[in-house]
Amino acid sequence: MADFIQLLIAGLATGGIYALAAVGFTLLWQTSQTINFAQGEFVMLPAFFVLIGMSFFGMPFWLACVAALILSMITLGFMFKKLLVDPMLNHGTLPLVIATIGLAILMKEGVREFYGADAWPFPPLAEATNVTVLGAALSLQSLIILGITIGAVVALQLFLSGTRTGRQMQATALNPSVARILGIPVERMILYTFLINAALVMLAALLITPIYLAKFSNGELLGLYAFIAAIIGGFNQMRGAIVGGLVLGVIDNFTAVYISTQYRLVVPLVFLIIIILFRPQGLLGRVEERTV
Amino acid sequence: MKLLKSIASLSALALMAATPAVAQVKLAYIGEISGQLAVSGGNFRDGVVLAVEEINAKGGIAGQRINLTLYDTQTNPGVARAQTQKALDDNPYAVLGPVLSGNVKVTMPLFIQAEMPHFIGGEAADLVTLGDKYLFRTSFGQQIGMPKIANYIRDEIKAKSIALIWVNNDFGKTGRDNLLKELASRNIRLAADVSTEAGQVDFAADIVKLKAANADAVFVYSNEEECARIMREAKRQGLKGPFVGDTTLLSQKTIELAADAAEGVQGHVGLTSDAPLKEVEEYKARFQKRFNYVSDHNGIKGYTGVYAIKYVTEKKLGGKFDRKALAEAMRGLTITPKDEPGILIETTWDQNGEIDRISFLAEVVGGKQKITKILPKIGK
Repeated sequence: MADFIQLLIAGLATGGIYALAAVGFTLLWQTSQTINFAQGEFVMLPAFFVLIGMSFFGMPFWLACVAALILSMITLGFMFKKLLVDPMLNHGTLPLVIATIGLAILMKEGVREFYGADAWPFPPLAEATNVTVLGAALSLQSLIILGITIGAVVALQLFLSGTRTGRQMQATALNPSVARILGIPVERMILYTFLINAALVMLAALLITPIYLAKFSNGELLGLYAFIAAIIGGFNQMRGAIVGGLVLGVIDNFTAVYISTQYRLVVPLVFLIIIILFRPQGLLGRVEERTV
Repeated sequence: MKLLKSIASLSALALMAATPAVAQVKLAYIGEISGQLAVSGGNFRDGVVLAVEEINAKGGIAGQRINLTLYDTQTNPGVARAQTQKALDDNPYAVLGPVLSGNVKVTMPLFIQAEMPHFIGGEAADLVTLGDKYLFRTSFGQQIGMPKIANYIRDEIKAKSIALIWVNNDFGKTGRDNLLKELASRNIRLAADVSTEAGQVDFAADIVKLKAANADAVFVYSNEEECARIMREAKRQGLKGPFVGDTTLLSQKTIELAADAAEGVQGHVGLTSDAPLKEVEEYKARFQKRFNYVSDHNGIKGYTGVYAIKYVTEKKLGGKFDRKALAEAMRGLTITPKDEPGILIETTWDQNGEIDRISFLAEVVGGKQKITKILPKIGK
């Protein structure tokens, strides 16, 4: 039983990080029909912003995190939208998807050229101690990751449903044409989603990098898992992405222990195929109909 | 204007032709500069580069400057084969690398066909049994190291059961098989056998399995980055150990990446820049000054490989650059630091290219590898 609880918490903690990246997928899709295949690299890059702040500019960890957050929002939010998404969006979804794949390669190779192919240690947010719950020794770091993830998602949900700007963003996501008629500054709302995505990937980077270590190739797996999580949960629902991420993290861990380490990626993919076959809109997604 | 340019170009060409050409000998490094094993391949490369720079500064090998070309396998067997073919087409005198045992295996037929001496970093036990007369190790094969580790587990740790976590590639699989054989012969029980993937980043589930095994000691056998991630996750989940391992677990890079999670790790190291030997200490300082980081065992492998080529060419072949003669002279050869300071530690190669050296028992104390005992060469 103790093993089961430990696995569950560890799975939920990892799944929470996938969920943060997956939420970014759904946000960008809902507001601007952008499928960002560089999302994994978006999680990888802020960790290097932090390391650069600490090693090149001698900043303390917290200040480097603040600087990295600002830099992430400028580069991965504002500049990503203005320099890549806006010019490409007029050409349709597919060219934009290809452009984001290119961006992912550029980011990965850029980090490798600048910072090297080695992995680098990254400071954890909390000391590695344990808390005993129901006889199971749970990692405090896992609990903190889970807590921060839940906190971030709740805060985002409150922002979207409880503030005027949040409701305007939701209206933009539902129907930009009607939102524009109603006087909602649609362009600004879309920009806000890109900035929120940048903040989310920065948070995910802070949580995952102490475990993965900072490495140029970290985005490959993260991007894949986040994409699978978003599809499993429902690409057009934020809460779907959260559920998808958590489910994926738990399945991954249980597969590794109770089936085989070699099949840990296979089982989530089989689950993905089952979802696509029997519930293509995802676990919590809504059916989108199109007139042809 | 065109005429002036033509005259200038012809003059430059004439000047170049009149300058006596400096004789050069080509060496190639084919290694894991990027990809999953970049930590090891990068260290090996820097060891090679340091040795080449030092030798060139002193006039080269037998008066010929070394022209070193680097080829990146990207830790990918397909790329490794293509890069090896490219390197061989350039007709080097000898090759350093690859480091990854799997890449050594896939490129082996090309080296045999080209009759090219190659100084590898791979440690998989079977590499010297595959009929490659031109292969020479730069560190122990697992069949040499594992009996020493098994003795250490029985005599020093006094463990009756072991939980083993290993990486499922050529290096990890043959290492595991050799270790299990040695443990069984010493009546040490295998409490858990956890295989992991190369490049794996999340070890939460694997550590839960190790905890459940409740063994007397945990044996970690993987590449440096994965070793560090395993140790970090073990600390995160409160797995107490004791943790035992081989060279990769106690390497400087693993200690740097794992930080305080590596504290107390102990085991056997075949090669280390923390060895309490004057030549190694001086090498470590030179490496750190040149590359601004501490060399691990892979750096020493690359460095000593180049110096072995230099020694044999100058002292055994009389300055003649003959590949087949180089390979022939290497077999059964012993080089001491007195003969060639760049070899750092007295080293013997047998007829199959296997190596024999002293080795070390070590422990991580205060974020550093501390040598606790020096084990003699097997042949002594």
